[in-house]
Amino acid sequence: MNSVLVFALAGVGLIGLGLYGLLVQRHLLRKVLAFNVISSGIFLLLAGLARRAPGAEPDPVPQAMVLTGIVVAVAATALALAMMLALRSATGRTRLKDHGDED
Amino acid sequence: MAWLSLLPLAIDLVLALTLLWLAWRALTSPDLFRAVVLFIALGLVLGLVWVRLDAVDIALAEIALGAGVTGALLLAALAKLQPAESQTDEVAMMAPIALRLPIALLLIALLTGLGLVVWQLWVPAPGLSNLVDARLDEAGVAYPVTAVLLNFRGYDTLLELAVLLLALIGVWSLSTAPHLGDEEPEPALAALSRLLAPLMILVAAYLVWVGAYAPGGAFQAGSVLGAAGVLLRLSGWRLSLSATGWPLRLVLVLGVAVFAFIGLAVIGFGQPLLGYPQGWAKPAILTIELAATLSIGAILAALFIGGRP
Repeated sequence: MNSVLVFALAGVGLIGLGLYGLLVQRHLLRKVLAFNVISSGIFLLLAGLARRAPGAEPDPVPQAMVLTGIVVAVAATALALAMMLALRSATGRTRLKDHGDED
Repeated sequence: MAWLSLLPLAIDLVLALTLLWLAWRALTSPDLFRAVVLFIALGLVLGLVWVRLDAVDIALAEIALGAGVTGALLLAALAKLQPAESQTDEVAMMAPIALRLPIALLLIALLTGLGLVVWQLWVPAPGLSNLVDARLDEAGVAYPVTAVLLNFRGYDTLLELAVLLLALIGVWSLSTAPHLGDEEPEPALAALSRLLAPLMILVAAYLVWVGAYAPGGAFQAGSVLGAAGVLLRLSGWRLSLSATGWPLRLVLVLGVAVFAFIGLAVIGFGQPLLGYPQGWAKPAILTIELAATLSIGAILAALFIGGRP
């Protein structure tokens, strides 16, 4: 049991919590939050798996990939929030329509 | 004193549990504002975790982007939803318990499987470090992460800049920027931003330069620039009308344009796409990084303002 494994498993936990939030929460802002939690979990898992060799220098390739991923996640979040606000101003709703919902 | 050697592991366990607890609270808190604030706290703790994993670059980006800019975006979106939305009854906002329980059980089964896979994969693997180290002399920069981002995996970074630009085009096509009133900003905020904005520009310039041989680089510097833009916006500063036309658009596309131009121009010197000629890697990377920093900063600030000017 070492620290890196602890963080990789915490990453798995974050993916699980985020997926749960994404599936059960209806408010779109909460879904965006859940999406970001999933991405943080994936980044932790990726960087953790890249550091399995104890004591060695960290592998720069996964680090660069995570760095790229964080920036893309921010851009995706901004677009998702803008789409949520557009949906809200068009329909007055902040969640997706269920079966049986009337407008 | 054998227990002293267990202290780092204990700290890391506490950090990991804090992460999970903050994520759970952020996802289930009844109050949306509290959920967003807890999410920002999650980003800050995650920054500490990255430092513990010796990934200082990611820590910088996580705190500036994951906690800072994402937090500002979420709070701005929340402010636009107010006041009708924040206090709606929570029972209606979640799937019914009959659905939640099977979902939770299914996810626990799935995640236990994933955890076991991670556990079993836990044998030392060399990864790509050796390959990067062997070619680092030709990369033009001495810091491996920057070498991967701007040289070995230049494709990824070019496409990422394009994704940022696409996201902004998406946001711009959905709405126009809200008109700022002429009210005076709070004096404390105005004074603070006058002090902080030049300092942040200086920090950004330092981060670009230091990225050649230490943690830093275009993304971290661009994040700091973007945060400076958010701060200036909050204190009521705005671009003059003459600058929101093509000068702004030029800055926004500068990163992709310069990167793509250099990447294509090297073909004329008998190199593959994005393959810098011998001896030219350093100036090429520095030029691309400067352009990318400006563009990333401008795009992040524009994403926060959220709408076509």
